[in-house]
Amino acid sequence: MNQPASAYFMEERHDPIETHTLSVLVQNEPGVLARVIGLFSGRGYNIESLTVSETENQKHVSRITIVTTGTPMVIEQIKHQLDRMIPVYRVVDMTLTGRSIERELAMVKLRGTGEHRVEALRLAEAFRARVIDATIESFVFEITGNSAKINQFIDLMRPLGLVEVSRTGVAAIVRGPEGM
Amino acid sequence: MSDTSHDPNQMTGAAMIVRALIDHGVQHIFGYPGGAVLPIYDELFQQSDVEHILVRHEQGAGHAAEGYARSTGKPGVVLVTSGPGATNMVTPLADALMDSIPLVCITGQVPTHLIGNDAFQECDTVGITRPCTKHNWLVRDVNDLAKVLHEAFYVASSGRPGPVVVDVPKDVQFATGTYHPPRKSDVHLSYTPRLKGDAGQIRKAVALLASARRPVIYSGGGVVNSGPEASRLLRELVEVTGFPITSTLMGLGAYPASGKNWLGMLGMHGTYEANMAMHDCDVMLCVGARFDDRITGRTDAFSPNSKKIHIDIDPSSINKNIRVDVPIIGDCANVLGDLLQVFKAEAKRPDIKPWWQEVAKWRARNSLSYKKNSDIILPQYAIERLFEMTRGRDTYITTEVGQHQMWAAQFFGFEEPHRWMTSGGLGTMGYGLPAAVGVQVAHPNSLVIDIAGDASVQMTMQEMSTAIQYELPIKIFILNNQYMGMVRQWQQLLHGNRLSHTYSEALPDFVKLADAFGCVGIRATKPGDLDGAIQEMIDVRRPVLFDCRVAALENCFPMIPSGKAHNEMLLPAEANDEATAAAFAGGKALV
Ligand SMILES: Cc1ncc(C[n+]2csc(CCOP(=O)(O)OP(=O)(O)O)c2C)c(N)n1
Ligand SMILES: [Mg+2]
Repeated sequence: MNQPASAYFMEERHDPIETHTLSVLVQNEPGVLARVIGLFSGRGYNIESLTVSETENQKHVSRITIVTTGTPMVIEQIKHQLDRMIPVYRVVDMTLTGRSIERELAMVKLRGTGEHRVEALRLAEAFRARVIDATIESFVFEITGNSAKINQFIDLMRPLGLVEVSRTGVAAIVRGPEGM
Repeated sequence: MSDTSHDPNQMTGAAMIVRALIDHGVQHIFGYPGGAVLPIYDELFQQSDVEHILVRHEQGAGHAAEGYARSTGKPGVVLVTSGPGATNMVTPLADALMDSIPLVCITGQVPTHLIGNDAFQECDTVGITRPCTKHNWLVRDVNDLAKVLHEAFYVASSGRPGPVVVDVPKDVQFATGTYHPPRKSDVHLSYTPRLKGDAGQIRKAVALLASARRPVIYSGGGVVNSGPEASRLLRELVEVTGFPITSTLMGLGAYPASGKNWLGMLGMHGTYEANMAMHDCDVMLCVGARFDDRITGRTDAFSPNSKKIHIDIDPSSINKNIRVDVPIIGDCANVLGDLLQVFKAEAKRPDIKPWWQEVAKWRARNSLSYKKNSDIILPQYAIERLFEMTRGRDTYITTEVGQHQMWAAQFFGFEEPHRWMTSGGLGTMGYGLPAAVGVQVAHPNSLVIDIAGDASVQMTMQEMSTAIQYELPIKIFILNNQYMGMVRQWQQLLHGNRLSHTYSEALPDFVKLADAFGCVGIRATKPGDLDGAIQEMIDVRRPVLFDCRVAALENCFPMIPSGKAHNEMLLPAEANDEATAAAFAGGKALV
């Protein structure tokens, strides 16, 4: 009686969910980002983070970095589905390379006075966050690092008067001399 | 005008479109005019290389182009206007994407300066069609048009074929620019479909095939799409290995139904022997099929003890639903050719006599049997007679969607590829009639029959008028059970026989309707009249609406209930109330 709602994923319930970072090189043409995002929403895949920017402007190549979650079979599907899109040159699973460096940047706004301000500055220093704006009752910190570090920083700031956070999402690159 | 007359490649966007069609060898296009494509229609008017078939609804144009494509192997071409013209094309585009049919659809768009302004008959065509095309383009500069059109033809017909849309604003159609004939550099560098299979993988596959004791070949639409050579090689492979072969709905005809190794179609309404062979095999060779849920049934009980080889041109088909052991990415004909060569050089055909004996036992269950009736026409009987009476003729079959489609697949034997056009992936009612129009345009002297249902046929009935206009003698053979039979069957089996809105109330009188259209109406109500009526339908060189009155409540068996395994099939002889209730218990949520 307790059958799943679709015959497709019966097997998958038992498989572990993994997080993967994918780098996708695409032809930078109108609609390409819509195609990528449409693929994820249309097929029910998750996007944890997505960043995009042109990286080689003579060749009109953009690099999209996507952090996604799914079972190994779904992750494999996502890569194939991306790869078969016409404007996609290459898809690299950064997580599988084992040598991926991942960074994001966050700007964190805090409001407060007295002890909280002092504590916030002290923590910021420990996290190598920079003050990029200050008033007598607020700070904006800039912090870069991997997502876990940023999450941790934001958690610590919360009781100290956190107002808002703006994050860039993850960019990733592989260590060593080779490009993708 | 004066300076453009020197350079023959200087022309308007509209002229480029017609020129590109000619350069790609297009002889027929299906379309419907409107404000945003007037310049293109003006160009069409002034030439005679490309024949335009005027449909009655853009959906009809799309399905006609699909039928044309499937029966010829060439891309089907559609021309429609902006806004409603484009949105009416969405169903055929989605249909063609699912079934990998090459279509090139040119849509008109409002002038570039009005895009985004909610202009009259504006819609975001590339946005709407993005998920139902292989690729699409909005052309904003007339000097990009030639390149995009050539790329569109290439993308539609190469790799895994599919539909593409080229959206051309009206000002771009009017503007003058430079045309160039097709050339290699027109294609995205990022698009490189892989045709040749990996030699190492092919060796592994051969080793598996040679060691098999209970092998089965499961082929699909990819073999048909790959072209006649793929079907020839598939037949040779069956001959060389002696293996049993089954096929999906889309793949029928690649191996002949009269072939001695043929198990019949597999899947939800496939034969018992095909599904049992899939379930019990030790080596499965999947060629150009995609382990769709209609085929696999319950995935965690799908062919549990087999090693699986999967040949597919689309890497995303591999390991999507079913994990396979030896994936081979490449074109079916290419890979089958290499595989055969290695097999013949290095392998010996394994002895599988005991396996064939097992197959024979399953065959003996006679899973397609039905109780004969001398008073009312049973739908299965009608298809059997239609098949018998058209045997040896140059026949093409299209279908609508429903029970009649499954009976056609079960009881009409296909000997050749490209002879069977049906909406498999999307299951689009209303596909068959316009598809028949398209097939008949491509094959004017062949016998083209749409095996239809009473409900489906009303969805695109207006295209009878197209058939009359172009003197296309298509035969619409309606298995009229006065129900949306397939839905009624599910209601009976899964919803306590509460037949909610599935009775075809207020059906038109199809014979009178034929008269109104100006075609021939024929009705058969008794088994004894059937042969004569079919003969009359075949003999008359005009379009026919054939109202074949069949038993209303016949169910389509055998059947694997959704979410069940291949060895949990319900056979017609065993489908009493109790067995049916048990088989379908709990499956309501599945589709
Ligand atoms: C456009 C569309 N709408 C709805 C359906 C769902 N559907 C599948 S079969 C069917 C009934 C078809 O009835 P009919 O054409 O009379 O064929 P029969 O099953 O009776 O042979 C319906 C409504 C569909 N497949 N396509
Ligand atoms: Mg019906």
